[in-house]
Amino acid sequence: MIETKKLVKRFGLKTVLRGVDFKVQPGEFVALLGPNGAGKTTFLRILASLARPTLGEVTVAQYKLPEEAPKVRAKLGVVSHLPLLYPDLTAEENLLFYARLYGLNEPQARITATLNMVGLENRRRDLVGAFSRGMQQRLAIGRAILHDPEVILFDEPYTGLDQDASEMLDQTLRSVAATGKTVVMTSHDLARAESLATRFDVLSRGVIVASATRADLAQTDLLKFYKQALAN
Amino acid sequence: MPSKPLTLKFLDLASILAMVISTYLALVFAPQEVVMGNAQRIFYFHIGTAWVAMLGFILAALGGIIYLITKDLKWDRFELAAVEVSALFFLITICLGAIWARPVWNTWWTWDVRLTTAAVTELVFIAYLMLRQGLEDPEKRARFGAVYTLLGGLSVPVTFMVIRLFRTIHPVVVGSPSAEAQGGFNMDDRMVATFLFALVAFTIVFIDLFWHRVRLGALEEKVEQQKLKASL
Amino acid sequence: MTESTRPPAPSFSKAVLAIVRKDLSAELRSRELLSAMLVFALLVILIFNFALELDVKVRETVTAGVLWTTFAFAGTLGLNRSMSVEKDRGCLDGLLLAPVDRSAIYFGKALSNLIFMLIVEAFTLPVYSLLYNVNLFQPGLLLVVLLGSIGYIAVGTLLATMAVQTRTRDVMLPILLFPIVLPVLLASVKASAGFLNGLDFAEISGALNLLIAYDLIFIAVPLMLFEYVVEE
Repeated sequence: MIETKKLVKRFGLKTVLRGVDFKVQPGEFVALLGPNGAGKTTFLRILASLARPTLGEVTVAQYKLPEEAPKVRAKLGVVSHLPLLYPDLTAEENLLFYARLYGLNEPQARITATLNMVGLENRRRDLVGAFSRGMQQRLAIGRAILHDPEVILFDEPYTGLDQDASEMLDQTLRSVAATGKTVVMTSHDLARAESLATRFDVLSRGVIVASATRADLAQTDLLKFYKQALAN
Repeated sequence: MPSKPLTLKFLDLASILAMVISTYLALVFAPQEVVMGNAQRIFYFHIGTAWVAMLGFILAALGGIIYLITKDLKWDRFELAAVEVSALFFLITICLGAIWARPVWNTWWTWDVRLTTAAVTELVFIAYLMLRQGLEDPEKRARFGAVYTLLGGLSVPVTFMVIRLFRTIHPVVVGSPSAEAQGGFNMDDRMVATFLFALVAFTIVFIDLFWHRVRLGALEEKVEQQKLKASL
Repeated sequence: MTESTRPPAPSFSKAVLAIVRKDLSAELRSRELLSAMLVFALLVILIFNFALELDVKVRETVTAGVLWTTFAFAGTLGLNRSMSVEKDRGCLDGLLLAPVDRSAIYFGKALSNLIFMLIVEAFTLPVYSLLYNVNLFQPGLLLVVLLGSIGYIAVGTLLATMAVQTRTRDVMLPILLFPIVLPVLLASVKASAGFLNGLDFAEISGALNLLIAYDLIFIAVPLMLFEYVVEE
């Protein structure tokens, strides 16, 4: 579903990604772990078609990036630590705007279904500016899954959330994952990642240094695996 | 670190020599102009600097276009060098023009089409340099810089045409019947020779400075690269 | 949603319309942008009143200049706000993630900005007419206002997108915009003054033609350049 080969990204002189080989099968939920500055966000932005790779091949949902970016975008949902929502519009108006941008046929039905899924149906006509951080993040997920994408990318979705909001988000993420979507999530919160993902990849200094499935981790725990990966 | 190329050393010497000869021609060799007296001698350098400033302006816009196509930072250095050298020469042109205008038009500054366009171009350059200052990522800085030089390259000629709609008192130096009344004059052979030599001399100086600036940019990048390596 | 029911990407005009509707409904609710622009425009006129002692005689010559200075200043306020809204919560990424052409995003934002600009002008003109007892509602003048605003917004939208991405975002826009947009302002002042003073159309047509030429160039060029200022 997602594949990168020898992916390199440079910003001027700084090389952020130095040859990332990464592959995700349909239906997998991959947690991309790594310290700050490892290149996680840059990597996700390339998969999201927001940044261009300097070198290497990127394929998302059977289409090549950046050449076939518009086709990828139609099948892709992205949640970042910013909400990507307009505070002066209601939840419904925000979703309606994105529904139009994605050319959805029956926007109202999709919006209702989406709001139900993220548990915000009773806040439909409330201004997003008045939402708590956690509610905004759940609506941001709603925005990302509105057009029923095949691939969903989460970039540090827990940033700035308190305990309650994080648990609510957990539930939302779980119900999204249960629909069989392919998911890649960056996080430095190992515990959250452990409860959600089916595979764990560690990105450090611009390369993937280790990868393990849930089954591989039956013997050891994620923290040990993560520390070992970084130590090498 | 590569040492200075031989051609560049030769150009350094040629620049100094050309400037000395050009100064001699302008101040001694060329005959005194009847109406304006010695003030007219500024004209040779005024046009010389104006010509290379224009040249730099065009090179900058070209550098911008090539950068956007190739995304090679080499062209960003080319563009920046052209802007800086051109800005310097525009400044000299404007100052010389003002010094010349004082005795001839009896004012330091007039809102004449060429003078004003030169001043606007200088402002475009200053805005360009400030824009670069506000961006840290070298790749983004290059991209935005290229876009801005392109816009400037398109807008400044239109500015020139618009201001020409307003009345101008700048002399059309040679060949216009009304020129003499406004401060134009007929050039004799020695004046023409001096004038042409000044054009050549300033072209040599321009190429020399431009080359130095491009080379400096390349060296700067090398230093950055070394710093980056050292920090890893 | 299966492959066959997945909607195609929306057409260019639908995407543009979605962005305009979104901007208008957000502004209808908050009125932040328009109220700031309007109050600012009134203040500028007030200051000019005292600075220039706008009595009957002076007014004849400076009305066009005062109007366009007011529009230009108020315009930067609106442009900056309009693009900051997109940048602040990552909404620009939201737009870029949608399967629509980048030029549709530029066009949509430019159209919203133009509508805001025209609304401010539609308030400013009668207020000025009322305060100074001049009739500004002449078809010729209104045409100039429209053409001038189009050129101003076409460049302004592109440059504001750049400005909000710099470190010095609050001060950058006017510095970048004014030298580039100068031909529009000059030609607009010239043409407006021509209509106000009842000049023959032949005397105004030069400025009008330049205005139209500038509009065409600076709609076409930013359409092509926009992707370079939003993509990494």
